[in-house]
This record gives sequence, C-alpha cells and structure tokens, in this order.
Amino acid sequence: MAKVWIDGETSIEVEDADGVNAVSLTVDDKKVIVSAGQTVLEAVQRMNGIGNIPALCNHPAVKPYGACRICTVEVSEDGGSKFKFVAACLYSVKEGLIVKTNTEKIKKLRRGIIELMLARCPNVKRIQELAEEYGVEKPRFVLGDQDCILCGLCVRACQEIIGKSAISLVNRGIYREVAAPFYAYELTEECIGCGDCAFVCPTGAIEMGPDGRPILPKVKIPYGEIEALMKKEAATPS
Amino acid sequence: MVEQVRRLLEKRVGSVAELEKLRQSIVDKKDSGRTCISVCGGTACRASGAEAVVDAFVDEIERRELQVQVEMKETGCHGFCEKGPLVVIEPKKIFYQQVKPEDVAEIIAETVLGGKVIERLLYVDPVSSERITYESDVPFYKRQTRTIFGANGTIDPTNIEDYIAIGGYSALSKVLTGMKPQKVIDEVKKSGLRGRGGGGFPTGRKWQSCRDIKGAIKYVICNADEGDPGAYQDRSLLEGNPHSVLEGMIIGAYAIGSHQGYIYVRNEYPLAVRHARIAIEQAMDYGLLGENILGSGFDFTVTINKGGGAFVCGESSALMASLEGKIGEPKAKYVHMSEKGLWDSPSLLNNVKTWANVPLIINKGADWYSKIGTAGSKGTMIFSLVGNINNTGLVEVPMGITLREMIFDIGGGIPNGKKFKAVQTGGPSGGCIPEQFLDTPVDFDELTKLGSMMGSGGMIVMDEDTCMVDVAKYFVEFLKGESCGKCTPCREGINRMSEVLNAITQGKGKREDLETLEDLAGILSAGALCALGQTAANPVLSTLRYFRDEYLAHIDEKKCPAGVCRELIQYSIDPERCEGCLRCLRACPTGAIVGEKREVHTLNQGLCIKCGACYDVCKFDAVIRQ
Amino acid sequence: MELTLDFPKVRAIVESYTEKVDSLIDSYAGNKEQLISLLQDIQAEFNYLPQDVLIKVSQKLDIPLSQVFSVVTFFRAFTLQPRGRHLVTVCLGTACHVKGGSRLVEKMERDYGIKPGDTTEDLRFTLETVNCLGCCALGPVVVVDGKYESKMNADKLDRVLRSYK
Repeated sequence: MAKVWIDGETSIEVEDADGVNAVSLTVDDKKVIVSAGQTVLEAVQRMNGIGNIPALCNHPAVKPYGACRICTVEVSEDGGSKFKFVAACLYSVKEGLIVKTNTEKIKKLRRGIIELMLARCPNVKRIQELAEEYGVEKPRFVLGDQDCILCGLCVRACQEIIGKSAISLVNRGIYREVAAPFYAYELTEECIGCGDCAFVCPTGAIEMGPDGRPILPKVKIPYGEIEALMKKEAATPS
Repeated sequence: MVEQVRRLLEKRVGSVAELEKLRQSIVDKKDSGRTCISVCGGTACRASGAEAVVDAFVDEIERRELQVQVEMKETGCHGFCEKGPLVVIEPKKIFYQQVKPEDVAEIIAETVLGGKVIERLLYVDPVSSERITYESDVPFYKRQTRTIFGANGTIDPTNIEDYIAIGGYSALSKVLTGMKPQKVIDEVKKSGLRGRGGGGFPTGRKWQSCRDIKGAIKYVICNADEGDPGAYQDRSLLEGNPHSVLEGMIIGAYAIGSHQGYIYVRNEYPLAVRHARIAIEQAMDYGLLGENILGSGFDFTVTINKGGGAFVCGESSALMASLEGKIGEPKAKYVHMSEKGLWDSPSLLNNVKTWANVPLIINKGADWYSKIGTAGSKGTMIFSLVGNINNTGLVEVPMGITLREMIFDIGGGIPNGKKFKAVQTGGPSGGCIPEQFLDTPVDFDELTKLGSMMGSGGMIVMDEDTCMVDVAKYFVEFLKGESCGKCTPCREGINRMSEVLNAITQGKGKREDLETLEDLAGILSAGALCALGQTAANPVLSTLRYFRDEYLAHIDEKKCPAGVCRELIQYSIDPERCEGCLRCLRACPTGAIVGEKREVHTLNQGLCIKCGACYDVCKFDAVIRQ
Repeated sequence: MELTLDFPKVRAIVESYTEKVDSLIDSYAGNKEQLISLLQDIQAEFNYLPQDVLIKVSQKLDIPLSQVFSVVTFFRAFTLQPRGRHLVTVCLGTACHVKGGSRLVEKMERDYGIKPGDTTEDLRFTLETVNCLGCCALGPVVVVDGKYESKMNADKLDRVLRSYK
C-alpha cells in the first residue's frame, strides 16, 4: 500500500502504482509515491505533513530559478550511502530517491542564508518572519537597507507570463539589481503597466507608480561602500 | 583568380597517404642543413622586448644575405619566462638567455657562422656557478618531462607545416583510418586522463556519456577562459601550439559524433585568438578541418568566441550561456552538460591542456601514457610556477613529482635568501600548502586531501614576507568582483567574508570572526549554485587551517607578522643606515619624510599613509617596515 | 529618468557613423547568439558602447533591449562611458600582487583621482585592472596603450605616464 498525493490536501491509498507514471521516494524517512516529471519541491509542497521546504524565489506560475537556495535539501541517489546538497526547486524526482528536508545541516544552512538575507534586507517582513521561524537573531554583519532579495520573480513573470521583457537583472555580484534598460522605461515599449511584477514580488519591493510604471527598488548603499555607489550614480544620472 | 584557386587546391590534402607524402616533403626540405634559430615569442618574452630581437635577426640575416643558410622563426612560449628573451640555436640547441637586439649581430657572426659560443649569454647555474651551453642541460628544463609543451620551442605557430613536420595530425590520421569512435573513447578511458581544467573529471567517462546520447546534434567546446590569476599555461599552449588543441578537438568530435566545435578564449588573450584563427584557417586550407577531413567523409568546423571579461565564464554552464549570447549565469548541473549543454544539446567541454593530451594518447597509446604519473593521476601536467621563486615560468612535469622538487629543483628556490612559507595551488578555488607538506606528490587527490586542489595548474610560491590573511583577503576580493550575483550564498556570503577579512586586516577583528568565517564557508560549500561559490571559501579555510596563528596575531595583538597589512605596520628610517640621498623624500607622496642632503632623514608617522614608496626606492635598506 | 550622454562631439561622430553601425550589425546576419561578439566589434570601433547603437542592435537582432542591457552591464569588457585617450592596465594577478601591484593602483587614485574602471575628467587616462597577463616573472606589470612595462614601481610609473598626453 502506498500513499499517492492528488493535491496539497488529498491523498489516496493504492495497492501498487504500476502503470501510473510514478516514482517512489523516501522523504524524511517516510515512503511516498509521487508522479514523475516534477521537482522535489513541487512534490513535497503537495504533501501534507511530510517534509518542510521553504522557498523564496519560487512561484508555480514561472520556471524555477534556484537563486535563494533556501530550498536546499539533502538527497541520496544510491540508497543512502552518500548524500549531497541540492536545490529542491530544480532537482527532479527520481525512482528510489531519499530526501531529507530537515536535518541539522539543513537547518544550519537555512539559518545561515536567512542571516545573510536579514543583513541585506532587515526591514522586509517576509525575511523577518523566516528569521523568527528559524531562530535567527541579529546578523553578525553590517546591516544594509535593501528591499529586494534578487529572487528574479518580477523578471521571470514579465518574460514568461506576460511575454514581454521590460525589466531585467543588470550588473554583477553585489551590484546586481532589477532595472529597466538604461534605467528608463520610455526607451522601448515593452512595459505595459500590467503590475504583474509588483504582484509577484515576495517582499513588496516593487510598487506601481503614478505613471502606471513600476517603481523598481534601486540598489541602496551596499554595506558601507558608499563611494562605489556614488560613482555608479554619477555614471548613470537620473 | 584561377591561379589563386589552383594554389589553394594544391595545398589541400585529400587523404592520409597524401598527408604522409606532404609530411615527408616538408621534413626533407628541412634536412637541407639550414641552421635554425628559434626566438621565443611568448607574451612574457615579448614584454621583455623579444619583438625587437626578432626584428634585429630579420635585419641581420637580410644584411648578410644568409636567407639560404639560416632560418629564424618566432615560436611560442619556451617556458623559462624568468630569463627571457630566449634564443635557441639548432641543431644542438645552444641556449641564450636575456638576449638584447644589440647581441644579435654577434650571435650570427660568432655562433651561427663561427660555431663559437658567447659566454655572457649563457645561463649560469646559481648553485654551481657553472655556465650551461645546451638547453637540455639547464636544470630548469632537465627535470621536466616536456611531452606536450616541448613542441612550443620548435614550431612557428602561424605555420601549419611546422606542426605537420613534427608529426602533427598523425593521430588524426590513425583515428580516421583505423579506429571506430568507440575504440577512441576506450583508449582515452584506458589512459586515465583526467580533466586539466580544475575538475579532474575522468575524460573518457565524459566522452562516453556524450556519445551515448542518440540522435542529437552535439557540440565540442574548448575552454580557453583561463581565469585563475597567476596561471597562463593555457594561453601559452594555445598561442604556441594551437594545432595540438585542434587535433584533439577533431578526434573528440569524431568520437562522440559532433560536427561543430567552439574555442572560447578569454577577451584578455588577443594573441591566442589570433593564432587560433590562423591555425583554423590553415587547417581548413589543408583539408584537415571542415568538410570531408582527409577524405574520410567526416565534417567538423570550429568557431572562435571571445569572452567578455568574466571569470565565472570559465564555469562550463556559464560558458555555454555566454556562447548563446546571454549573461554568464551558471545553472544547476543536476543533469550534466554532456547530456544537456549548449542549446540543451549534448556538449563535450574540455580544457585546452586536456585536448592537447589527446593526440599524444592516440599516437603513443594508452599503455604508454598510463605509465606516467601516479595511480590516480596519469600523464603530465603543465604548471605555471610563479610568485616568489627564482625560475618563474611554465613547467611540465609528470604527476607524482613532489612539491619540493618542483619548487626547489626546477624552480630554483626562493630569491633573495628568503624562506619558503606556502605554495598556493588551484587558483581562487584552491588553498595554501605550508612547508611541512612539501614532500607531497603533485596529484589530484593528494592536493585535495590537503585542503587545496590541482585546479588549472597555477602554482604560486610565497615567501616569509607574505601575510596569509592578506592572501585570503586577496582571493575573496577577487571572487567578490567575479561573482555573477545570482545566488544568495555566493553574492552575500563572499561579500561578508570580505567584510570580516577587511576588519581583521585593519586591526578591528574579534575572536568570533574566525567562527563567522567558518560558518560562511559552510553556507558557501553547501548552498552555492556553482563551483565558484562552492569553492570560494577554500583559500580562507586552508589559511585558517595552517596559519591560524597569523589570524590570531592580527586579532589579538593587532599586528601583521609579515609586515603587509597597511593599518598594522609602520615604516621608519634607520638612522644607522640612512645616507641622506633624498630618494625617499622625493618618492613620498604626502611629504611625510623630511631631511637635508647627506643628513639622516626622518619619517613623520602622522603624515605617513603606508604606501611603501620609500621602502621600494631606498638603496641602503634604511627604511624599516614592521 | 533619462540617461543622457553629455558628450555632444561624440554624438556627432556616432551619427556620422550610422552606416558603419548598420554594416557591423548586418554582418552578423541576425544571429542572436553572436550578440557578445557584435558588442565587442562595436566597442572596438567606438571605444565604448553608445546607447543609440545598442538600441539599434536590439531592434535589428530582435533581442529585447533589457537583455542587451543585462549583457552589457554583466561583462567587464563593455563600457557605456567613453574611454580616455590612453588605457592604463595594472596587473593584479597573484604574482604581481605579491610584488606590490595594488600600490600602483592606489598611486593612480592619488595622482589622477581615478579608481579602476574610471576615466580622468580630461579623458586622458582610463584605469583598468586585470587578473593576470601571464608575465609573472616581470611583475608588477602595467600595460599602457598595449605597451608592457615591467618591474614597475611608483617612481617608474610617474616617468612612463608623463609621456602620454
């Protein structure tokens, strides 16, 4: 007998899963059968009470990106002798896979990622909630003042759902930000003012402006490197 | 026009038999008793003025009308970069170092025509003080096994016939006439060749997984995005012997069933791009690349793509994204690139050195190859031996040689009588190895056990005046600028490591910082998306492991034992040694030094910005740094 | 928000080179994946990437301007600002660093007020750093307009740069 999940809340018991395109997994020591062709995150999110995987840069309406890394889990493909860390949102379910979503190592990793995010975005409610849930207190680092966690959902929503490409992720490393080309929407006609980017943003960093265009979060002073930002501002006058 | 077409078609080799005929005719032409002078045209020698030496030779040969008797060719890098410009005179290979254009006339007159050796241009062994005449006796070369890199010294990379003369494309001939694709892969597997780009993945296995995908368009890629600072062997190989790489790629393409190849060269290597382009063009002219190679019916073309200035594009998935015209953002490799790579097609990506090993394996056989090296690491490896070392240059050695032999026997030890402190291998993904492990054999697994890695072959020697905390900070700063910014652990984690290391080197560190660094390292290795992030903490971890006392000195005593970290050192002038020459006074940018001519100078600490200019210019060792 | 390049002379030159731009773009025959190579050609031609040209690239190659902008800002080889007459590149590879390469960068900031990536006000020098030129025996190495200067220190750098007007 095996448990097959139909949706987030409903499951049925089946005799065997032959003929159904399904794979059997072990999630947190519990044996389950899920449909093939989905990621570990999707499978676990459908299960009630089994597995616990937070996710920030994931949304069912767009393709997974794997940027926040908070969905990292430990998996073993060889029956449990070797485990490796993978992002659950990108890793496809396989027959015989063993998944652990809540080991001490995973909890430590999550706390670490939340601490880094909290140091970057101390005023973002979603991050504060996660910090409380995982017991992260004051970060050991200089606090930043960002609202954007660079999950890329706004960009992906614009591209994949709306079919436009009004905004993109520009620059590299800690200077990475979401921006319109040359920081000016009027250069192209891509932005249609639909507001999907603001809707899908998990931190509320994007607001719709009075001109019908989104106000994107500008990279604020990156952790004490004031001069670098001023140089950048000088190079791109607004 | 007809004439042009005829000459073009004449060059084209339509079969293996014709190639052998061509090879024989080239070799015959060379045996006609001409003296050959090979001048090293590698970038380091160029920076020392090799081009002027080449020009001087051209002029002198013309002036004396010696074109029939004497041939001068500008070759690729000879490897002994410390002593360039290098000139080697065949057939005995008389070895002249630090040659200037003024020396050329004498070389022609005395050595080429007169058969005499010019003493002052010979290499002097620093230990025995002996003058060494022949290249093979120079200790730097003697202890090497230059099966791949040796060819650099004898061929003009812009002339395919030089490569053919030394047996080039004979491996390809062997493959196309007598080896089925699977047999080629079996041979590579048997040889034990492991990737030379850093990962050390078994090459044969990678080729097999690519071949096993049925019915897809496949791509072959050469990763020449050599980004590790301090490593330049890929560049020198591509500049000096591009055909060896091409030949390897064609064989690989044949083995997996690919018809399109790419060489991805980093933007900062214009000469490598130029030589690779010339090589491809000539190979196509000669029918060794393109359609119906050597009449076998196998097609394969190669395109060159330049990088855009991003270290992360050395990572295979980022490289392929860049080839697709996108930003160099890596993606998760839960499905290997050899199954779904460029344009979601099976893609075989290997490093420059890995490709160059292939013709050798095919020609000499896997049995011969697997006898070189250790059980887990077969063949030779080309290292760039740089930093605080006497014999800076590119070195090819069999795997298994000890670090001690490399640094002291081949490298000639540490200059200026300083003590060895550490050797850094593997670039920003590797670690620092201290003195107690100098007898470790150079081997993929041995180096990994020590907390470092083989990497692409960078080997940076550090002496007692190096601050290991500063080294860790250097690599972290480097990676901070190169992180693509996609994933939180790398983008934020590396930035915070930089924050902590900066605090420590400025005397603001706390004991807890060491734990913070270790925590960040854990987040990076478990959570980062790609190998750049996953290995970013290695330099920090290895220096913490072996040089913890230096970190503690910075934190507890606010001192930098090696005298490097700006905020923790102080410059002063020793009144016993100062000769009052005013040099430091003039060099000081803030006017912190005062003094009259022939009177002892004094340094005003309040104005001193610790730039070190005075330390650099003083000829009497009168400036003290502590 | 509008980005304006306040270099009218440069504008004029760009306009008169519209044909040049068109022929450059057309030579790539609409191959989107050759975007980076095309941008390198444009930068080699104009010494930087003019905004107008990038808009044209986006239109002709049918790549959204946002993606072109992402590529331009991601790769260090590209610059949106005109460069100085002389390019000063300081090698900060590990070997050069160990021999004091970063002190040369600091000197450039003291004397000319520019950090890596910047151009002096009078468009005389652009300062860049690079992570290894492969001449580690001769470090610290500085390349000025393609000419390699070896075993540099603050003093030598002064003398070398003086000759570049």
